[in-house]
Amino acid sequence: MDSKESLFRYCLRFADSHLILSHRLSEWCGAGPFLEEDLALTNISLDILGQANGFYEYAAGVENSGRTADDLAFLRNEREYRNLLLVEQPNGDYAQTMLRQYFWDVYAKYLYKELSNSSDATIAGIAKKAAKENQYHLRHSSLWIERFGNGTAESMQRLKQGMENLWHFTGDFFEGDELDAYAAKAGLGPNPRDLQKPWTQEVQAHLGNCGIEVPAETVMITGSRKGTHTEHLGYILSVMQILPRMYPNAKW
Amino acid sequence: MSQEVKQDFEIFEGKLSKNEFIEPKDQMPDNYRKHLIRQISQHAHSEIIGMLPEGNWITRAPSLRAKMVLLAKVQDEGGHGLYLYSAAETMGISRDELLDQLHTGKAKYSSIFNYPTLTWADIGAIGWLVDGAAIMNQVMLQRTSYGPYARAMVRICKEESFHQRQGYEIMCKLVKGTPEQKAMAQDALDRWWWPTLMMFGPPDDKSPNSANALKWKIKRESNDQLRQRFVNQTVPQAEYLNLTIPDPKLKWNEEKKGYDFGEPDWDEFYKVIHGHGPCNRERLKSRVAAHENGAWVREAALAYSEKLKSKKAA
Repeated sequence: MDSKESLFRYCLRFADSHLILSHRLSEWCGAGPFLEEDLALTNISLDILGQANGFYEYAAGVENSGRTADDLAFLRNEREYRNLLLVEQPNGDYAQTMLRQYFWDVYAKYLYKELSNSSDATIAGIAKKAAKENQYHLRHSSLWIERFGNGTAESMQRLKQGMENLWHFTGDFFEGDELDAYAAKAGLGPNPRDLQKPWTQEVQAHLGNCGIEVPAETVMITGSRKGTHTEHLGYILSVMQILPRMYPNAKW
Repeated sequence: MSQEVKQDFEIFEGKLSKNEFIEPKDQMPDNYRKHLIRQISQHAHSEIIGMLPEGNWITRAPSLRAKMVLLAKVQDEGGHGLYLYSAAETMGISRDELLDQLHTGKAKYSSIFNYPTLTWADIGAIGWLVDGAAIMNQVMLQRTSYGPYARAMVRICKEESFHQRQGYEIMCKLVKGTPEQKAMAQDALDRWWWPTLMMFGPPDDKSPNSANALKWKIKRESNDQLRQRFVNQTVPQAEYLNLTIPDPKLKWNEEKKGYDFGEPDWDEFYKVIHGHGPCNRERLKSRVAAHENGAWVREAALAYSEKLKSKKAA
């Protein structure tokens, strides 16, 4: 793989994770627990979609083969998508959605911090802007975890169920492959392993304060870097890609 | 009428006649208050219910840009709902009460949202026609006699004109596209044209609330005037798109410098208002489900804030 191809694939991973997470959040539109939360979720979804767009635009430019950002988003299939497994998990209830968001927000915080120092100026630029938005997202999601952990017996029960459904997908964040090794060496971005310790410490401390224990040993489900997804992604793509696939010659 | 009440009434009438805003602390006739609570909350509910047919297409928007614009738009609608609920609350009613009226079917919302969004072109047609019609009403409401409502409308109008442009842009792209896209655009216009004309309400001589609304300067133009203005504005836009408005009676009238047009099917209008439109049940069900599914979330937030308060007190 030459350096251009590597950079292209590296950007696509981030683009895909952001797009799929934004998609999931946008499914809440009109269904939030109250109006202010409905607005918060669409807002966060929109920020993350903007971040996805930045990475897709850049990837399309780097590839320079005539494929556009939209082609990359709408015309690649399940096995070509490289988003993290966590972000494609169903919304579940509000506790599960907020937990998914919280895990992502903490991960994204450390990720953007590293990417802001990327040897690639465009990646650094996208990450710096995203880092600002991430502060608000993290404040929002961590506060909800706090409320659920210290709220009612029901909210605690739902938070625990969310942990049960999601925790085993968090290991996927940190499992690097050759492309990550290349990126770390070229100064493009971090070695995913290096994010694990700060992520785990922060999450463990916060969840601990909210009365949730992190399971000591969990067999993690991984595979996003090989495009080995859970079954959920196929449904997301079939909804998201329906128009460009149904009308291949159309421009929107 | 007691002397005091008579005096209050004269102050109210005096303000109206000088085109001054009525403010929350001013005395106002009960019927004025009731009329406004009904109108503002109906408007707020329409924004919230309106999120559903459009939100329906966010996950299927066909390009990244279209998705971003639609998300932002639907979020705006929610924001409008929020300003409007706040404006209604200045009249001494809570958001919970208003939502309860919506969820139990006592309060109405704009009937247009009881029609389904079947294709992507419907998102274009809603922006172009439905938001276009809403703007006609809302521009007038910036000068409505109740201050908080008028000020909310100033903000809302700014955003609505973006929405209309967003819808028209979708239509422009479709009519310049493949034959299938063009057919999709025409089909959407065929389905949305008449319901949009009905948005202005029944003809003036059959509109029960119009007389008071005009007298109190809540409305400043009648249903039929606004409808005529909308048709005059929209026909050239349809011509530019090379789409056909589904009305054989549509014809320029040189004398009145406006278009003559056919009569909407008012039977259909009343049918939909009374709950028998294609999506009435579904819209209300979705709204109630969102509210009910969110109950434990609201309870948890409340319980947590109570705990924080008692901790601080201790």
